[in-house]
Amino acid sequence: MSEPVWEVFRKERRGAAFEHAGSVVAPDADFAEAWAREQYGRRGESVALWLVPREAIRDVEDWADEFDLKYRRVDGYSIKARLKEARERAGTAGTG
Amino acid sequence: MNEQALLGLADDELVLGWRDSEWTGIAPLLEEDVAFSSIAQNEIGHARAVYELIVGADGDADALALDREPEEYRCAPLVELHLLDWAHTIARRWLYEVADEIRITALKEDPDAATAGLAAKIDREEAYHRMHAEMWHERLREEPCFRQAVEELWPYALGVLPAELRGELVERVGLVEVEPIDRGGHTEELALLWEEMTMVRRSAPSGAQW
Repeated sequence: MSEPVWEVFRKERRGAAFEHAGSVVAPDADFAEAWAREQYGRRGESVALWLVPREAIRDVEDWADEFDLKYRRVDGYSIKARLKEARERAGTAGTG
Repeated sequence: MNEQALLGLADDELVLGWRDSEWTGIAPLLEEDVAFSSIAQNEIGHARAVYELIVGADGDADALALDREPEEYRCAPLVELHLLDWAHTIARRWLYEVADEIRITALKEDPDAATAGLAAKIDREEAYHRMHAEMWHERLREEPCFRQAVEELWPYALGVLPAELRGELVERVGLVEVEPIDRGGHTEELALLWEEMTMVRRSAPSGAQW
């Protein structure tokens, strides 16, 4: 049988976000539910599951960063040296 | 429900749980292997709860479950059968779940509160077993090998229930009532199953702690 893959997301406790748990291979949603219940819920490790056919997922994994616009990112700023200078000026070096 | 009937329920769940566990690792689909094994373990858990109800707080449920001779077991022949193909195994699972639902529904009305309470607890877990069995039934019902398996097992399935509850099973399954293969007698397969099931326990000195 060549059957669809269902991605399984589980919620560990009420109020938590769903996280990817794994997948099941199943011919339809009912089988996917029954099997996912046993694989991802039988030990009480989930309060809820989401089952998503893999074909429904849109993959995005190509990123262009040709111009090194690192000032857009937090790690683009090195503040270590400047922080040290500032501390020395304030006479609080070593207390940070 | 009298003690013999409760023992019948517990023995059914233990022996079927044991039989279905035989598919662990060799079921036809990986996902089903996990699910089927999990359901089998649940059945053994139900058996334990009913044995504990019978023996009471100070009793020894393990002794009741495993220290009897094969002929003393009260399970229905349906659960004893050593079924070697998947169609029969799923046909039994489905027939058993339908019969068991009828039995557990009746047991929820038991005058003894502890018995009725346990029946309700078992029923909540059985809901998922029924969903699983029904899903397979829906998928296989028109397959000749499945239909044949259901027909072969039908007299055994009737034997799971006492006479007064059989009419409902006939209605649900939609087959003609036949002479049941009743509880009380045993198949030849039970002796071999018992050998294996009780082997570890018999190998240890009486009173051993696990």
